Parts: sequence; structure tokens; C-alpha cells
Amino acid sequence: MIDLLATQITLPDLITFLVAGIAVVLGALGVVLMRNPVHSALSMIMTLFAVAVLFIEQDAQFLAAVQVIVYAGAIVVLFLFVIMLLGVDKKEYLGKDKLRGQRPLAFISVLIIFVEILTLARGNWATGAKATVMSTTSPISNVEQLARAIFTTYLLPFEATSVLLIVAVVGAVVLVRRVDEKPGSAEQPKELETESEMK
Amino acid sequence: MTVPGSWYLVLSALLFSLGALGFFTRRNILIMFMSLELMLNAVNLTFVTFSRMLGDIGGQTLVFFVLVVAAAEVVVGLGIIMAIFRRRSSATADDLSIFRG
Amino acid sequence: MLLPLAGSVFNMAFGKRLKRPFAGVIASLVVVASFALAVVAWLGLLGKPSGQRVYDFTLFNWISSGNLHLNVGAYLDPLSITMILFVTGISALIHVYSIGYMGHDERFSSFFVYLNLFVFAMLVLVLSDNFVFTFLGWEGVGATSYWLIAFWFERPTAAAAGKKAFIVNRIGDFGYLTAMFLLFTNLGSLSYGKVFGSVGQLSHTTVIAIAILFFVGAVGKSAQLPLFVWLVDAMEGPTPVSALIHAATMVTAGVYLMARVSPILHLTAGVGTLIAYVGVITAFVAAMAATSQTDIKKVLAYSTVSQLGYMFLGIGTGQYVAAIFLMVTHAFYKALLFLGAGSVIHGMHDEQNIKRMGALGKLMPATAVTFILAWLSIAGLPPFSGFWSKGDVLAGAYQSSVILWVIGALTAILTAYYMGREVYLVFFGQRRFDPTVKVHESPKVMLIPLYVLATLSVIGGALNLPISDKFRFLENWLTPVFGNALAQSTISSSARFALGAADGVFALIGIGFAWSLWVKSSSRPAVEPAFLAAGWGIDGFYDRVIARSSTRMSQFFTDVIEVKVVDGATMSVASLVGLLGKYVRKVQSGYIRNYALYISIGALVILGYFVTRAGA
Repeated sequence: MIDLLATQITLPDLITFLVAGIAVVLGALGVVLMRNPVHSALSMIMTLFAVAVLFIEQDAQFLAAVQVIVYAGAIVVLFLFVIMLLGVDKKEYLGKDKLRGQRPLAFISVLIIFVEILTLARGNWATGAKATVMSTTSPISNVEQLARAIFTTYLLPFEATSVLLIVAVVGAVVLVRRVDEKPGSAEQPKELETESEMK
Repeated sequence: MTVPGSWYLVLSALLFSLGALGFFTRRNILIMFMSLELMLNAVNLTFVTFSRMLGDIGGQTLVFFVLVVAAAEVVVGLGIIMAIFRRRSSATADDLSIFRG
Repeated sequence: MLLPLAGSVFNMAFGKRLKRPFAGVIASLVVVASFALAVVAWLGLLGKPSGQRVYDFTLFNWISSGNLHLNVGAYLDPLSITMILFVTGISALIHVYSIGYMGHDERFSSFFVYLNLFVFAMLVLVLSDNFVFTFLGWEGVGATSYWLIAFWFERPTAAAAGKKAFIVNRIGDFGYLTAMFLLFTNLGSLSYGKVFGSVGQLSHTTVIAIAILFFVGAVGKSAQLPLFVWLVDAMEGPTPVSALIHAATMVTAGVYLMARVSPILHLTAGVGTLIAYVGVITAFVAAMAATSQTDIKKVLAYSTVSQLGYMFLGIGTGQYVAAIFLMVTHAFYKALLFLGAGSVIHGMHDEQNIKRMGALGKLMPATAVTFILAWLSIAGLPPFSGFWSKGDVLAGAYQSSVILWVIGALTAILTAYYMGREVYLVFFGQRRFDPTVKVHESPKVMLIPLYVLATLSVIGGALNLPISDKFRFLENWLTPVFGNALAQSTISSSARFALGAADGVFALIGIGFAWSLWVKSSSRPAVEPAFLAAGWGIDGFYDRVIARSSTRMSQFFTDVIEVKVVDGATMSVASLVGLLGKYVRKVQSGYIRNYALYISIGALVILGYFVTRAGA
């Protein structure tokens, strides 16, 4: 606590961070460890909410709102829909991995990733001039700041994302569209059969 | 004064690692997808953190774009999963290995 | 100047769908249009004072690599405009003629594709402002000419002739390329302007080497001794092709090149003499061979070689203007001769042996009259164009060396003789062909080019009349290009007159001989020795010495080197790769998660590098 006092962290901030941080980690663990996809999705909501809280904590109110609306509200619901539609809410076997060496390698590499990111975050990595768009210390609100940045400096990327969204919607419709299938064609295509022969 | 930025960075590194772990070890495509979202969120968190540390709105702008792209990606990805599922009636990534050498 | 290319591309794309004459009409129109443009450019040049008659425009930078900077650009000066005027003009006439001549051919449109492409390449060659681009055109005319020679590739002889032209030309190209390399290593530039500006810095031996190598290139392209064999075989191609490529335009590319590099040649007197002797000996040898040929086109082919020899004689003696003058007039009358011969062949239904013709003068009056005009012109009778141009060359030769002049004069007699022989055998005397053959005069579309060319052959001499300086139009026109490379005329006007009179007499002698020998009879073995008919046996010599030994060498390579070394190496490499693949194959498991892991490991390594190294 001496440390904390030295850095002048107020208690509410600390509590917020700790609670949200623990929620983030727990949610992530849930996603990774839960056997039922529905449970995974619900754990993910927890994580996303916690991240939104952390956004607010760091004065990014607009993004926090968007995070809740888009991620928790739309994306996770989409996930759940797909899970329900496909009926894959059955349990997955989490025992021994069929791929030899995949799991230990994964653990090792993830560990190294973690360490490396920490090392990166510790050092001072600023190179070159700072790309100052707009200072966050100015008195205007966060939403207005963001709006100014997006609609002036980043107008072209913004327009591009709108195109991207339209393309994504059209692509999704095309992908999911049910082609008029003949009754007999429900069986697996030929190349997949040869694949099973190879096994 | 709030919690120092480095704490956030540690947290997001942890989140990213967990996401990567999920992506490598799980076999359900949907859960792999969710792990991917976790990693994206971890990156978003670092962006916002840096935005605060540097006092620059640019990081948040980038997060905004990442959100949009993530939304588009999820839509298309789930569409692909639907299409695959219709053919294979399975959502296990390991079944999709016809490109084996 | 890109018009012919456009026409070619157009015909390539749509030629198959167009009705028969249209492809030809379009092809002809684009060439006519480029002729018109050439005339416009010429008038533009005429408007300037004589010293500044140069357009040098750069279109864009093509290659920039190290010291090498190549621009795509055009260089218009009196020399290139002269070339362009007569190249496009004659090409246009030949295109028109071809519409009639190739009328029955199945691949009518592709023929015009090639023709247009050829004209385009020729324009590139002439207009380029640097050696590399000229070389592109040089190869372009080469390539199109092989296609055209082997146009009837279903005939094995035509295909073989195409191959032969290709191979023999390679020798010349080698010379050109090497000369270009030498120029570049020594001067660091390949554009005409820079090279000629700094050519004086070269050492004497380098200049000689470059000049000789360029000459080798020109020898290949212009069919001089010892590389003339391809031109005779090239007569397998359709006759308009022979007229266009092998008489009027392409073979003169060598002469053009020599004229272009005149500043280099000027520095080396020895090479000039070499060129002059090679030229005059070629002229004589080819003229001798021409006296014994029985194929109507082969006579003309040897005659072309011989005339090209004259041009090189002019170049070698420094009489560039005379050489160009002869080139232009030769293009007129030789194209006319070929087209006339084509008309005869067409009318006789593909008969080419002059021994089986005769008395065609009455059956094909228009062809006969134009052909005879061309004959008188090439023989060098006074009012016709050949008299003036050949007279200039011979006068230059006389000024430089009497030996050259004597051989040249002998060749002039021979020229008049063999052309007379051909004319008498084809158009006079008795009928010697099968009376059932229905000989017919050619259609209008073929005759009109004949008329135009005949007119030009007759009055072409007016380009450069030696009467007084005022009438030497061509010389006044070209002198600024050659500058001091041009040999000064030191002959007095009376000597000049005597030489001219002698030329006329020579022509008459030759014609007289031909008349006395051939007007009555068609077979005189005494004056047709077999070795002359076989082109002095040079072809056979090449066959025995070069072709067979290289065949034997190739055989050795197939049997030994190929099997043991090349196959062995490739096989072992293949099996090594196979072995490797057997193990590496396992990496590609097909599992997405596995791949993701590999990717992340790769990313880890890169990240690790930054963490450990870049921070330091």
C-alpha cells in the first residue's frame, strides 16, 4: 500500500481496476476452458464488459459504449445465434489432443508471447515523431474529440470502413444463402470422401 | 490519479496470451473464433492505454476502426462457418484437413 | 509512325472475321497514312534552313540502369526522312499489290499482319535515336521477314529458307551487338547524338573494331559476301514479300546502318577500303551467278545482291549520297521487277522457270512494258534512273581506285546482260510453255502499283542530276548529315561526262550480248556453267563444312553429354527434392490450429529479435 500511496492511486480507481481485471481474466479463462460453446460465449460477454469498464476508467467513454453495443450486444448475440442454429452446443472433448505436440507447443509459445509482450511494454519504444492527432487533455469531451479525429484526419479510412461493412453484409448473405438443393445432393461431395479414405 | 498504464499493459498481455492459447488448443471453430475476439480486445485495450499515456486521441480512433473491422470479420466468418456446417454438419476445425500434404 | 503497328494489331484481332479484301485494304490504308505523315514531316524539314534540319524528340525514358539511359525517341534528319519516304511509299504500293496477289490465299489476313508489322519494325529501325532501339527494329524486320519467307510453311523448302535466313542473320546480329557493346563500354552511351559527338575520343584500334563489327552486321542483313546465301533462298516467300523485304527495304537496312555510322567509318580509311572491295566483289560474284539462273525470281535475287554490292562500294569509297541515291532508285526498279515477276508468275499460274516462258509480251502487255522499263533502268541506259545512280557510284569508285572501277564496270555489263537474258526469255522469242495454260494479265489492283513504280523508275534519276550543283537535290539534301565524312568529288566535269558515256556504252554492250544470245534460242549451256547456277557453290560449301560438322557435334552432345551429364544432374536433383519432400510433407498437416501455431512461432522469433536486439 505504501507503493500505491507513493504513486497516488486513489482507492476507487484501484478497486475498479482490480475487479475489472479479474473479470477479464476469468472471462478469458472461461472462453478457453468451458466445454460448452454457450458457456464460452457467456464468459466472453463478461470479458467484454470488463474491458468496457477499463475503457471508461481510461477516459474512453465512447469506445466503452461502442464496445458494449457492438461486441456484447451484437457480436456475441450473433455467436449465440449461430451456436443455436447449428446445434453445436454439445460438449467438446477436452482431453488428450489428437495433434501430437500441439498442446505443449501452444503452452510454450503462449508463454513466450506473454513474456515478450511484457518486455516490450516495459521498454521505451517510441520511435520517430509522435503522430499527434489531438490532445486528450483539451477540455472538450471524449466523444467530440473522437468525432473530430474521425471526420477530419481519418475521413477516408472511415468511408472505406463503410464500404467494408457493406461488402461484409453482402458476402455473408451470399455465403449463407440456401441454394436450391436437390434432395439427393445432401451427401458429402466427392473430394471429402477421398480425404476420409486417406485417413 | 488512476492505475499506471503498465498495469493495463500487463493485463492486456495476459488477455492476449489466453486468447492465443484458446486458439491453439480448442477444436471448436466457434470457440477458436471467440479466442480471436479476445486477442483483438487485448490489442484494443493496449491502444486505449497508450492513448491515455500519450495523451493522444489517435489510439482511440484506431480502436474504433478495429471494432468496425472486427464486426465485419465476425459476420463473414460466421457466414463461412454456416456454409461449412451445412456441408459437413460439424464445427470441428480438425475435420477440415483436406489440404493435408 | 505507330500506325502500321496499330493496323497490324487490328488485323491480328479482327482479321479472321473480316471479309477477304478488307484486311488488305485496312493494312494498305495505314501504310498510306504513314506515308502521308512522312511527307508532312518531310515538308516540315524542308521549311528549315539546311543546317538545322533535325527533329530529335524523346518520347519517354525506356531503360535506366547504371550508366545506361535509353530513351524511346525519334530522330528525324534528312537521311532518315529519305529512308522513310521511300520505305513507306513503296510499302504502300506493295500492300496494294498484295491485295491482288494474295487474293486466293487462305491466310490472307495474317499475311497483312506480318506486312504491317514489318513496316512498323522498319520505321523503328530508321527513326530510332539510339543504337539499341535501332537494333530492336533490326531484329523486328528480321523476325517478320522470317515469318514472311516461311509464309507457306507447308512447303518444306520455304520453311528451310526461313530457318536459313534466320541463322545466317544471327552472324550479322552478333557483329552488330558486339559493336554496340564496344561502343557502350568505351563511350558510356548509345544514343546517336552522344556517340557521334564523342567518337573522336576512341582509340584507333577500337574504332576499327567497331567499324568492322558494324560492317559484319550490315553484311548479314544486306546479304553481302560471304553471307548472301539466305537472300536467294528467301525467294521461297510470296513475291510481294520478295519485293518489299528482299529488294526494296529490309536489305537496305545494312546500307542505312553504314550511312548512319558514317562518322565512325570516316575515322578509319582501311575499313572503308575493305567495305568497298567486299561490295564490289559481291556485286561481281552475284552478277555472274545471276547469268545462269533459270528461276525468274532467283535472277532478281542475285541481281539484288549485286546491286547491294554497289551500294557498299559507294559507302566504302565515301560516296554516301551516291549509295543512298542508288538505294532509292534501286528500291524503285527492283520492286518493280519483283512485282512484274510476281505478275508473270501469277499470270502463268505459279510457273517460275524462265525457260518455260517466252513470248509473253503480247499476252501481258502492261506487265511487259513496265518490266522492260525497269530492265532498262537497272541496266543503266541514259535517261533512266539506274543510269544516274550507278553512274554516281562508279564515278566515286573511279576516283578512289581504278581496280574498283574496272570490276564495277564489268559488273555493269553483266547486269545489263543477265537482265536482258531474262527479259528476252520471258517476253520475247517463242512460246515454250504448255499451250493449255491460260495466261492472263493481272488485275488492276496489281497493275496500278506497277505503273507508279515504272514512272518512278524512269524519272527517279531526277533526284540527283549531275548537270550542275543546283540539280543535285539529294546531295544538297543529305550533305549536312554526313558532313566531312563525305568524300569530296575531285573529278573534272569532262571526265565525269566520259565516265557517264562509258556507263551507257556498257549497258548497250550488255544488252547487245543478251540480244544476240537469247532472243532466238533458249538453251545455251556454254554460258550457263553449273557452278554459277549453284551460286558459285558457296551454299554447298557451307553445307559440307559448317552444317555437317556442327551436326556431328550436336550428335555427340545428344549421345554423351546429354545422357550422362545433363540427365544425371537433373535426375539426382529431382530425386533429392523428392526425398526432401517426403519428410517436409508432414509439416503440412492440414489442421488450421497447427498452422496457426507455426505462424505464431514465426512471429515469436521476429518479436524476440526486436526484444533482444533492437532495444539495445
